[in-house]
Amino acid sequence: MNCELTGSVLHGYLDGELDAARAADFERHLVSCPECVRALEAQESLRSSLQGAALYERAPSSLREKLRTELGPPRLAVPTAAVLRPTPWRWLAIAAALLLAALAGWRLLPGVRNSGSETQLAAAIVDAHLRSLQPGHLEDVVSTDQHTVKPWFDGKLDFAPPVRDFVDQGFPLQGGRLDVVRGRTVAVLVYARRKHLVNVFIWPAAESDSHPSSGSQLGYNWVSWSRNGMELYAVSDVNPADLSELQRLSME
Amino acid sequence: MGSGVAGKGTDVSDLDSEERVRFEQLVLPHLDAAFNLARWLLRNRADAQDVAQEAMLRAFRFFRGFHGGDARAWLLQIVRNTCFTWLEKHRSVDLMTEFDEELHLQPSMSPESQAIAGDNRERLTRALEDLPPRFREILVLRELEGCSYKEIAAITSTPIGTVMSGLARARQRLQRTLTQPGAPKKQEASHEL
Repeated sequence: MNCELTGSVLHGYLDGELDAARAADFERHLVSCPECVRALEAQESLRSSLQGAALYERAPSSLREKLRTELGPPRLAVPTAAVLRPTPWRWLAIAAALLLAALAGWRLLPGVRNSGSETQLAAAIVDAHLRSLQPGHLEDVVSTDQHTVKPWFDGKLDFAPPVRDFVDQGFPLQGGRLDVVRGRTVAVLVYARRKHLVNVFIWPAAESDSHPSSGSQLGYNWVSWSRNGMELYAVSDVNPADLSELQRLSME
Repeated sequence: MGSGVAGKGTDVSDLDSEERVRFEQLVLPHLDAAFNLARWLLRNRADAQDVAQEAMLRAFRFFRGFHGGDARAWLLQIVRNTCFTWLEKHRSVDLMTEFDEELHLQPSMSPESQAIAGDNRERLTRALEDLPPRFREILVLRELEGCSYKEIAAITSTPIGTVMSGLARARQRLQRTLTQPGAPKKQEASHEL
């Protein structure tokens, strides 16, 4: 190995961490450097075997239990509907969401977006995203088939969310669920992006089609846009470019 | 371990309800991330449970010092510091492999164990566990936890440039271990005692 880029910049490129100019430089370099091409291929294959090997180890329930004991009982009142769910932290999140909804309630009414700032909406969406990542809370309907997921929403919502699978474009559909964002029941589609998950929140739009806006909160990125009377809000820990790609696909 | 580690932190009972709810919303959802990092740094689930618990309680006590931002990175920083402190105390030999770049392509696998460990997950687990802890840490943060360089830099308190070169070295090493499992050891068993 002689090319000095193999041991540094190549990895920034692999991880999507180079800025556009440096990435373009490196791509030009690849044309004339078989060593880097080989190394990049090898690293990509190493990455896919790491990701395919299910190495991530989730916290055992005994640890959750112990923490609950150590930290004492949660401080919020338990909403009755949520008591039925056995998972320890789930109902806390629900209680907090209800509290948030109650606080915002006096000015809620028709839409989700009509009150508060973009930042508050983003915070609510990111919270909902985090809640969904708790074990067992991601999907109500688990299916990679859009023709299974779409009918599942029938009768559960007062609108019909657009359900599409983008498996060929690298965003395989994983399923869907109902969620509540600022007091409004919304549809959520779950997509996979490499080993990451993307939640797309959908509700009827107050305005006609708008340009996408984006941002990040707590290290999670989001992109929102509206299309055919629906407002869509994608959130994930994938990089902003991936989210924008999903947004573009949904506009096609 | 246990309550003694909290140092000058706030007592558990001191956090008011609002803070408490914020902690439950912002930090607790990352318990899986905390456990996963501890498990890979300590190479053992039982120890990881203890240390992840200790780190979480520590995070709770110091939560007043968290002024917004990336809660996962903030928690993982506490987790990794707790892990390294634990390793120093209980398994300092683990840390001695640290910056010994040319170290043996270590325990790797004898042909027999390789046959047993035909399974890909097993093979990768062993290869990862053979890496020095600092390399293992950034690889786990990047490949399993999906952290950005910026987040890894914040968690490990290193410059972003160092994260990139560290990842490069970690991956090259991992690849070597995987492709030449029977490679001769340069320093016979120097770290095993």
